[in-house]
Amino acid sequence: MRRVLFSKTGDAIWISHLDLMRVFQRSFRRAGLMLKHSQGFSPRAIVSIALPLSVGVDSRCEILDFELVGEAVSDEEIKIRLNQALPLGVRVEEVYDSSRKQKELTHLQARLALEYDKGVPEGAQTAIAALFQRESLMVEKKSKKGVTSVDILPMVQKLEVSSQPDGLVLNAVICAQNPALNPSLLAEAIAVYLPEFIPDFVKISRLEVLDGQGEAFR
Amino acid sequence: MTSILERILPTVQKPARYVGGEYNQIVKNKQDIEVRVAFCFPDTYEIGMSNLGMRILYGVMNQMDKVWCERVFAPWGDMEDAMRKHGLPLWALESHDPLAEFDLIAFTIGYEMSYSNLLNMLRLGKIPLHAKDRHGLHGLVFAGGVCAYNPEPLADFVDFFSLGEGEEITVEILELYRKAKAESWSKQAFLQEVSKIPGIYVPSFYEDTYNPDRTLHALTPLSGVPVKITKRIVENLDSAYFPVDTIVPSTEIVHDRCNLELFRGCIRGCRFCQAGFSCRPVRKKSHEALQHQAKEALALSGCHELTLASLSTSDYRQLPELTDDLIPYCEEKKINLSVPSLRADNFSRELMRKLQTVRKSGLTFAPEAGTQRLRDVINKNLTEEEILTTCANAFSGGWNNVKLYFMLGLPTETDEDVKGIAELVYKVLQTWRETAGDKKRGLRIHVATAFFVPKPHTPFQWEKQITPEEYTRRQRLLKECILSKAVEYNWHAPDLSYLEAVLARGDRRLGKVIEEAVNRGAKLDGWDEYFSYQTWLDAFKACGVDPDFYTTRGFAMDELLPWEHIDVGVSKRFLQKERERAYVGLVTPDCRHACVGCGANCLLKEGNCDA
Repeated sequence: MRRVLFSKTGDAIWISHLDLMRVFQRSFRRAGLMLKHSQGFSPRAIVSIALPLSVGVDSRCEILDFELVGEAVSDEEIKIRLNQALPLGVRVEEVYDSSRKQKELTHLQARLALEYDKGVPEGAQTAIAALFQRESLMVEKKSKKGVTSVDILPMVQKLEVSSQPDGLVLNAVICAQNPALNPSLLAEAIAVYLPEFIPDFVKISRLEVLDGQGEAFR
Repeated sequence: MTSILERILPTVQKPARYVGGEYNQIVKNKQDIEVRVAFCFPDTYEIGMSNLGMRILYGVMNQMDKVWCERVFAPWGDMEDAMRKHGLPLWALESHDPLAEFDLIAFTIGYEMSYSNLLNMLRLGKIPLHAKDRHGLHGLVFAGGVCAYNPEPLADFVDFFSLGEGEEITVEILELYRKAKAESWSKQAFLQEVSKIPGIYVPSFYEDTYNPDRTLHALTPLSGVPVKITKRIVENLDSAYFPVDTIVPSTEIVHDRCNLELFRGCIRGCRFCQAGFSCRPVRKKSHEALQHQAKEALALSGCHELTLASLSTSDYRQLPELTDDLIPYCEEKKINLSVPSLRADNFSRELMRKLQTVRKSGLTFAPEAGTQRLRDVINKNLTEEEILTTCANAFSGGWNNVKLYFMLGLPTETDEDVKGIAELVYKVLQTWRETAGDKKRGLRIHVATAFFVPKPHTPFQWEKQITPEEYTRRQRLLKECILSKAVEYNWHAPDLSYLEAVLARGDRRLGKVIEEAVNRGAKLDGWDEYFSYQTWLDAFKACGVDPDFYTTRGFAMDELLPWEHIDVGVSKRFLQKERERAYVGLVTPDCRHACVGCGANCLLKEGNCDA
């Protein structure tokens, strides 16, 4: 299995997961690389992105699996050609062979920048740190099936709150699959339980994808 | 800290359409630029990015040294609300700079129901709506596109119009503007000079007066500008600019594929069709140029779909050579080749069979009218026999999906013609019963009717439009006649087509109506989510303008038409003659059979119409 490690930053964060698949399918063609296609009535180029990234979240650790047909092309060559073919903000960091299955990716490290336009309110850092020390933290989760209430804490492995000049930063290691925790629910918890400390904006970044041992998944 | 835009984007639908950054977008260094153009499309990103004309002119302008052309689209309602709430002015995708920073604001207008968007976009860009309120050279507004063939309803808002094909004239406009800016001309001086470029119409240099019966009395040129403005055409399409390295959207658009233009103009002369007359004379691209451009465009875009576009693809003489070359290429590269607008002739049937190996889509006919009598009136040279033979062929080959498009309210239409639609549909069904190999999958026939809109520069430009109530009666009559469960009948609501008819044949008195409608919230009228008929009716009432004057009244043959000063090449005499032939049910053979003398040939300086 060929694998791409790529980043998605800048204005590319607004490209949805589905659209990003199409972006890659076309970029491979532009790079003169023919992807393996599905069989059947309307064949489609096969690319598989490990964990869908929410719109508006940036990441330096996205994983995409693919297979080429036709002549052999080196990893380095694929990287160079794809980077010439990709739109602004999507960048291939590495191309390599991997035998590790995507399901071994169990956790991810996320960063939430909490922006307070009028400065960080007194006591916010302490209160937010304490919030995630509770026994349980029920948050409403919207899905296609409707709204359900989930305890997010079992899916939070580690969480630190630090202070920055223009706000607070949450650094968290959370479950990535089965079950997965959308990092935006960490901000949602603050909005529900600490309404006096609701930030003016939350900027989310995916920093690293991890395996069960806490090592970077590649 | 994040910007206002970054904070708005997570709250709106499809945010990727507002930020640019797509592959092949053109970014230049602002310091090196003399003329900045905001190229606006008065509809959403998905519609505008599907427009080939816009892609061509974007490339043409950006090929110019020290000119930077950027794209601007109408925001969806959720984004517009957020922009208003945060005081964020409309911006261009490439630089994210607001509209007010641009030297020139250009619009391409292909649909009358996007006029409200044009005004709304100016407003969102904080640009004064009225041409007379924009002083100085900065921020001039000009417009082109097929709607410029009757520019009058927009005369208050647009400084000048560019008529016809834009590849050459746009360069001339920008060169003149560059000079004017360097020499600090006044706006008036620039408009004087630009009006001397053939194909440029400056509405403020003409004065409209009306007769007591409200018909147009005169459109008088002031200060020595031309009485008639003739549209521009590109004579040689092989050497004309064509964008092979065009922008590849990162998000889905309506026509998400490579487009090739086989030829311009049409030999057919369907009497209701504006494009069929206003795009003449016929000029083709050679198949060698097309093959080359197709492969280059596919490689540079990474698209896996290619469309061969034209008004009537079967009329492209070199279609066999072109498809013989492209079909194997597309098969090898797993590219879908789609060839719309095929006629029901033998070669096309053969071609459809070949294309089937790549992908099998539905079969579509546009008989437009249900009886041969009415098809003769509108000069739609498609017979029942051709339709049924093609259907029989397709059904025996396993196709089981047919789309049939008609119009209701065509001149001379009677209830018999309406019922004739149902009879034709029934014959298609009957043909399937007789010829289909495998009937297990059943047959789906999709029937759709649209409301006939009389358009300028066609033989039907004088016609009355029937009332929306009458359209609805005929539509119900047809519905009652269609009984089979295999048929799905969809119809257009009449209100949008009624307004389209008003704006298509309108004069300058409609300017205030459009403005009033926009003041009352009209926008994105082409979208069901936003279109409000009542808003427009209220605007007409508030302005004391009777919309029926432009629709059900019809225009007298000796009446001065609001678009009479615009010359698209086809002569008025020819249109009159065609109208007379329509009323006696005489068909006019296509231009390849024999030149019908429409007059468009005169637009060519070298060579002849390639009909």
